[in-house]
Amino acid sequence: MNKNLKEQVLRSSGANVLKCMRCGKCSATCPSYDEMEYHPHQFVYMVEKGDIETLMKSESLYRCLTCFACVDRCPRGVEPAKVVEAVRLAAVRQQGGNRLSPDMIPDMLDEDLPQQAIVTALRKYAK
Amino acid sequence: MQVNDNKDFQPLIVAFCCNWCSYAGADLSGTNRLNYPTNVKIIRVPCSCRVNPMFILRAFQRGADGVILCGCHPGDCHYTSGNYFTRRRMTLLFSMLDFLGIERDRTRVEWVSAAEGAKFAATMNEFTEAVRKLGPNRRLEDLRCRKQ
Amino acid sequence: MQRIGVFVCHCGTNIAATVDVKTVAETLGHEPGVVISQDYQYMCSESGQNLVKNAIKEHNLTGVVICSCSPRMHENTFRKAAAAAGLNPYLVEIANIREQCSWIHKDIATATEKAIILGRAAVAKVHLNAPLTAGESPVVKRALVIGGGIAGIQTALDIAEAGFDVDIVEKNPTIGGKMAQIDKTFPTLDCAACILTPKMVEASQNEHITIHSFSEVAEVKGFVGNFQVKIKKKARFVDETKCTGCGLCTEKCPMKKVPNEFNMGLDNRTAIYIPFAQAVPKVATIDPNYCMMLKNGKCGVCSKVCSVGAIDYKQQDRFIEEKYGAIVVATGFNPIKLDKYDEFAYNQCPDVVTSLELERLMNAAGPNGGTLLRPSDKTHPHTIVFVQCVGSRCDDSKGKPYCSKICCMYTAKHAMLIREKYPDTEVYVFYIDVRTPGKNFDEFYRRAVEQYNVHYIKGMVGKVTPKSDGKIDVQASDLLANEQLHINADMVVLAAAIEPDKTARPLATMLTTQMDTNDFFTEAHPKLRPVESATAGIFLSGACQGPKDIPETVAQASAAAAKAIGLLCKNSITCNPCVAHSDELMCNGCSSCEKVCPYGAITYIDKEFRMPDRTTKVRRVASVNPAVCQGCGACTVACPSGAMDLNGFSNSQIMAEVDAICK
Repeated sequence: MNKNLKEQVLRSSGANVLKCMRCGKCSATCPSYDEMEYHPHQFVYMVEKGDIETLMKSESLYRCLTCFACVDRCPRGVEPAKVVEAVRLAAVRQQGGNRLSPDMIPDMLDEDLPQQAIVTALRKYAK
Repeated sequence: MQVNDNKDFQPLIVAFCCNWCSYAGADLSGTNRLNYPTNVKIIRVPCSCRVNPMFILRAFQRGADGVILCGCHPGDCHYTSGNYFTRRRMTLLFSMLDFLGIERDRTRVEWVSAAEGAKFAATMNEFTEAVRKLGPNRRLEDLRCRKQ
Repeated sequence: MQRIGVFVCHCGTNIAATVDVKTVAETLGHEPGVVISQDYQYMCSESGQNLVKNAIKEHNLTGVVICSCSPRMHENTFRKAAAAAGLNPYLVEIANIREQCSWIHKDIATATEKAIILGRAAVAKVHLNAPLTAGESPVVKRALVIGGGIAGIQTALDIAEAGFDVDIVEKNPTIGGKMAQIDKTFPTLDCAACILTPKMVEASQNEHITIHSFSEVAEVKGFVGNFQVKIKKKARFVDETKCTGCGLCTEKCPMKKVPNEFNMGLDNRTAIYIPFAQAVPKVATIDPNYCMMLKNGKCGVCSKVCSVGAIDYKQQDRFIEEKYGAIVVATGFNPIKLDKYDEFAYNQCPDVVTSLELERLMNAAGPNGGTLLRPSDKTHPHTIVFVQCVGSRCDDSKGKPYCSKICCMYTAKHAMLIREKYPDTEVYVFYIDVRTPGKNFDEFYRRAVEQYNVHYIKGMVGKVTPKSDGKIDVQASDLLANEQLHINADMVVLAAAIEPDKTARPLATMLTTQMDTNDFFTEAHPKLRPVESATAGIFLSGACQGPKDIPETVAQASAAAAKAIGLLCKNSITCNPCVAHSDELMCNGCSSCEKVCPYGAITYIDKEFRMPDRTTKVRRVASVNPAVCQGCGACTVACPSGAMDLNGFSNSQIMAEVDAICK
């Protein structure tokens, strides 16, 4: 378990994963559920355990649409989407860790893609 | 700020304790034989909100070096809301004393429940040490009140 | 001149080992006013007390200082001893030289020095002690129960059993509360009406119980033993004394489209109505929001059909005033509104119901006569999904932070009853935790799983979507299988959180009792005084204090009754004499003290004063009710003119202590 990584994720997400009461409503509400290897409730739990490297390697990071349904529905205010986003940031902030290069994006743009998802994709290249 | 290095200086500390929580907490630290300095002298009041700012000023006038006020934890007051009044009044009084040049460390409000004997003793040790470092109270002491 | 006696206790070696008691006694003997100073092995023993008593008589003492253990330990012992020797018990002061001196210090010299200072402070204080007499106030032998649910009924029955008069104030047209709406009760599955309605009848027939139905508490004044309560009897436009409850008017009333609140709005009632067949009192009530006669003066059918002439369209709200010795709060609970939980589609789809609505749907006296049918198309549902913890255990912004306690059990009950009656129905229960502590409770839940094959799934429902074919898509997660489920359901039942009744907060303000942030009444002590409020004479019964099931409610109701009876049995109550009092000559009537008093003990009176020039002047001055004041002293500090002071802890006494310590 990487303590620094966990702290970084917790700090950048601003979420308190200890508030989770393991009801699974985030995963119940998630539109990308079937696309994900690790589901929102697992993200929260694995961050709590400090098992973040596994998440950073997982494709699930990029399946999250950042639609915030889980944030809206979570009865405890845990904000799972922000946790996912924080893990994603931890992955792309590593030097050379960019998953995509910026010029790959225009080809991938899609009329139906939620605007939030485009913003999220671009945010990965902000720095 | 001048720091007093004199280890022999024995500050006089007046502690006001509410009857329901802190006084019982002080009793508990006695029952558990938890030491704190003899410098602390406790005055029992029914509730921390009974402590008139005048009492504190009087204590300083008469030569006390530190005054600590202990009450029930916020929300636990035996009289529903007394310690909220205490909190407001003392915030005001202490900031005024600060303005007058009385060091913040000479005054304190602490919430001690009837079960927190250890906290009471620890608080008193810490507070006495803080006041000891500050040295004798000179700014508010009324020299006419001094023992001849 | 004061004549003070000082008595220093050795407490065996508890004190004597670290404090030189002889020196303490000798030094304090030189204090001004001290005429006798003695030390003794065990001051609290019979012979130690006799020493004090004899000294009081022999030296005609005016004050006594005992240097011993904490006043929390033996203050009463020595006060009694003093009283036995003819000295006012409030002229005794304790210097705590055990818990706060000998036990915490090791060095004999400094401990002795401190003990002397503590003793000196007590002597300085006792110089200023005034003899106090504990006042007495009479107890009105009548109790008020606010709320006529099972809690209120049980409390009233128990108080009446002891021979005291009780009034029940119920805001609805009938008593019975939530339990009357429930179909079956867990874990025994006996029918709620069968066990509740006999109690309702018993309450109405008991000669000691008066039921004020369709009434509210409008104003509460007074204090323990002597509350003056104004009760508002809302106009029901029917003379209660004449109406026989025959129900003819409810049949003939042409206005038949009024949502029936007893059936949770699932069917309609008439504008003049009797909530349900076993209502107590069984008297009709006219709903002025729907009655055509009251709205535009055209109709009057009910008054024509009423053979006893009970209908009175001109009836007004009435106020009655009554005196009570004790008040029991039993305001109960309500399920929360589910408007803000869009994901469960409660407002969009009639087949998404709350558990209380399901109770009515399954009840033989309910809208479908006991057959479980979908509210939308009256067909039999084949797949039913139960969702637990809707609005319970949430962040403050999302719902209630507490567990509503009863939902796990009633959901198991519903699931079991449905599987029993309609074995072709699949029942799914989505749970976060199943919480079933209680006698026979977990066995009950296991029976639902093992015997009735109810599908319990750990996870939460994320989204409920009504579909065009009338089915409902329930999207949920199964945490143990780690998969997302889509269930094609016919009905969804939401276990809504419960919250205190909306009338509780204004009532708490009237009663000056405490409430927590969730509007549940706060008990005086969470463990040792669970049915009393911190305000003397106010007792708590049922779910107004926290979520509770029926057995617990009834237990607490009887406990509250016992406490109320304990109070009503007394002819008068002794008051704590260490209360605030105001010096009328100094008081300028500024109202500062009234604002900080948590008990509402301070009122203002206009009093005539003689001025130095022999004229008289009427001034507004504060007056403290010693029976209500608890002696916290908040007002003494708030008072800008220094008129307010506290008996037993007066300004001058505490100042004297400060001076003695700082000498």
